[in-house]
Amino acid sequence: MRSVAAAPPITPAAPPAHTEEHRTSTGLNNRKVLMWTFLGSDCMFFGALIASYIVYRGKWQQTPTPNELFDIPYTSVSAFALLMSSLAMVLALAAIQRGDLKRLKIWLLTTAGLGLIFIGGQIYEFTGFGAEGMNLSTGTGGTTFFVLTGFHGTHVSLGIIWLLSLYTLARRGALHQGRSLDVEIAGLYWHFVDIVWIIIFTVVYLLPV
Amino acid sequence: MSVVHAADHAAEHHPGARDYVIIAAILTAITAVEVAVYYILQGPTRALLSPVLIVLSTLKFTLVVMYYMHLKFDSRLFTTIFVFGLCVAIFMILAFVAIFHGFLVIPGGA
Repeated sequence: MRSVAAAPPITPAAPPAHTEEHRTSTGLNNRKVLMWTFLGSDCMFFGALIASYIVYRGKWQQTPTPNELFDIPYTSVSAFALLMSSLAMVLALAAIQRGDLKRLKIWLLTTAGLGLIFIGGQIYEFTGFGAEGMNLSTGTGGTTFFVLTGFHGTHVSLGIIWLLSLYTLARRGALHQGRSLDVEIAGLYWHFVDIVWIIIFTVVYLLPV
Repeated sequence: MSVVHAADHAAEHHPGARDYVIIAAILTAITAVEVAVYYILQGPTRALLSPVLIVLSTLKFTLVVMYYMHLKFDSRLFTTIFVFGLCVAIFMILAFVAIFHGFLVIPGGA
């Protein structure tokens, strides 16, 4: 007869240490492989939009042209905000990997906040361009510029929603050290959004026509 | 050593918070240099602007991908998947520029 008293105590509150461990054919986590595959395909997506912008660059038959309206110091501050959001994101990942849930929440909120600053800046910039007479339908300059930067802004907005969802989970205690991969995958997406802006900032705003 | 254990071993060597802050400082400095050269390189030196900016932005891109996205420390498969997409994108941009800016003439084309 088995002894019931000898059974170890059950602690439902303690999260499992490695909930993400699965044996796969590659030996790698499938969700991470999926995210990298998505990012590789998103490279091609943004590559197509950047190619369209470059093809029509300097052949604009509209006034004002995008380059006449750009405010480089202003956009540099937006680029800086997005760069710093990448730092906050990687610090959030480092926090959850060492089980520091308090700092995880702080860095997730900081990342989302910096993303909101970037989006706010982009909305303000787009509004200014519209007031100056450049919008989505004013020639190839407006179309290629707004489609490229607009899709990037959409990516940032989706990233902010994702980050705030993670923050909500963390507040409810549903995000713990064993689920650090959730933050890592969101981080990969967020850093990708950052590197796309690194390219857009150079190609669209800084390179001479 | 299995691939999983190799990945775990690599994860142990991820940079720390201090390294991340140093990389952020380097990224900020490069951005400042980019904006500075945009204003400094005028007149005959303006021709240098494009190559300088392309080198600087490539450096920023590489730093983020290698250290913040951990490709330097992660499985080679992730690098392969990402670099494949990136190469297709770069090839597409170069092909479009070559065709539409007249560097490449398509036989029988208009």
